[in-house]
Amino acid sequence: MSLLSNTAVLLGKELRTEFRSRELLTTTVVFILVVLILFSFAISPTSEESREFGPGLLWLAILFAASLMLQPCFLREQHNDTLSSLRLAVGDPFSIFLAKLSANTLFLLVTEILMLPLFAIFYNVPILPELHYLLLVLFLGSLGISIAGTALSAISAQARMRELLLPLLLLPLLTPILVVSATVSVSLLDRQPIVQWKGIAFLAAFDVVFLTALWLFGEYLLEE
Amino acid sequence: MSSLQIPPTGLRFENIDKRYGGLFALRRVSFEIAPGECAVLAGRNGSGKTTLLRIAGQIVRPTHGKLFFPGESLNDHRQSRPGYVGHSTMVYDELSAEENLLLFARLQEVESPAARAESLLRDVGLYERRDSLVRTFSRGMRQRIAIARALIHRPSVLLLDEPATGLDPLGISWLAQTLRELNCAGCTIVMSLHGESEISALATRAVRLDAGSVVADTKAGASLHQILTFGAA
Repeated sequence: MSLLSNTAVLLGKELRTEFRSRELLTTTVVFILVVLILFSFAISPTSEESREFGPGLLWLAILFAASLMLQPCFLREQHNDTLSSLRLAVGDPFSIFLAKLSANTLFLLVTEILMLPLFAIFYNVPILPELHYLLLVLFLGSLGISIAGTALSAISAQARMRELLLPLLLLPLLTPILVVSATVSVSLLDRQPIVQWKGIAFLAAFDVVFLTALWLFGEYLLEE
Repeated sequence: MSSLQIPPTGLRFENIDKRYGGLFALRRVSFEIAPGECAVLAGRNGSGKTTLLRIAGQIVRPTHGKLFFPGESLNDHRQSRPGYVGHSTMVYDELSAEENLLLFARLQEVESPAARAESLLRDVGLYERRDSLVRTFSRGMRQRIAIARALIHRPSVLLLDEPATGLDPLGISWLAQTLRELNCAGCTIVMSLHGESEISALATRAVRLDAGSVVADTKAGASLHQILTFGAA
C-alpha cells in the first residue's frame, strides 16, 4: 500500500514539475517532429516505401527522443540533492523508479499520440484501421524504453561522463525492443495487416523482465 | 517549534569505516550519543563530518561497521527515521514551499499533512510565502524550508550539516531558538559546526574528527571550547 501511495504522490510531483517547466515534453515533441518532417522531405517515399520504412523511422525517432528525455530524469534530482531526501522519505525506493518510469512512459505516449497523425499525413500511411493494435505496440515499446532507460539514467547520473554514458548503454540494450517494435508496426501498417502476437508477447516479456530486475536491484542503483 | 512529542532515540556508531575507492573518509569511528543529547561534530574541512552525518541519516552506507538507534521504538519506526539538513536544500525549486512540505509529509504518511505543513511554515516564518516557488527564495529562506522539510515527520533524531550557512544573525538566533525548543522536547540533535556560536552554545557534547577518526570527545575529558576551537589536538 505504501509503495502504491508513494508512487502516486511522486508521480504527481513528476507531472507537476514537468508541466511547470515543460522541459522534457517540448524537447521530445520538437525532436520527433523535426526528424519526421526532415526524412519525409529528404526521401519523398512512395506509399509502399512509407509502409516499409516509415515505422522503423518512427521508432528510431522515438528512441533518440527518449534518450534526450531520460537524460535529465535523475540528473535533476542531483541539483538540490533531492534524491537523498526522497530516499529518506520513502519506505521502498522502488516507488521512486515506478513514479519516474510511469512519468517517462506517459510523456513518451503523449508525444507519440501527438506525432501519429503527422506521421500518417507526411508518410501517407493510413493508421486508423489497426490503430488499437498500433497503440498497444507503442505502449509496450515505450514502457520498455522507459523501464530500461530510467534504470540506466539512475546509473549514468552518478557517473563522470554522464552525457555520453546514457546513450552508450541505452542504445545496445534497447536494440531488441526497437527491432521488434518496428517489425510489428510494419506488419500492422501493411496493406493486408497482420498482428504479430509473438512480437507483442516479446515486448510484454521484455517489460516484465526488466521491471522485475529493477524491483530487485533498483535500491543499489540509487546508492552514492 | 509547536506540537512536538518526541520519543527519545539516541545514536550509536560502531566501528564505522567509509572508503571511497582507496580513500578512507572514516576510520573505525565508534561513539554513542545519548537520547536527548545535543552534540556537535567539529573538525577541519575533509575530516569526515559530512560523511558521518550522511551515514547517520542513512543516505550513505558505511563500508564497514554498524549504526544503531538506541531507544528506538518499533511502533515509532517512521518517527525514528532521522531528519537531515544537508549542504543542499534537498527540496524542489520548481515547487512552492507548501507543495514541498506536502510532498514530503505525504511520502512519510504524516497525519494531517496540510495542517502539519501549515504549522511548520508558520514556525519557520515562511507562511506568507507559502505559494512562492522555492527558486525565488533567498539563501536564508531556503535554509528555513530545508529545516522545515527535515522536521516534517517529527523526527526523534535531527542531523544538521553546518546549519547556519547562509543565515544572517537574526536567522542564526531563530535557528538556535528552534533547536533549543526541539532539544527540550526530547529530540536528539547532532550537527557539524565550525567554531563557537550561538548555536554551539546549545551543545551538551562535542566530538572532534580529524582525517576520518575521532580525536577528541567531551565524554573523554576534552572541553567543549577546546574541541570547537580545534585547540584539543
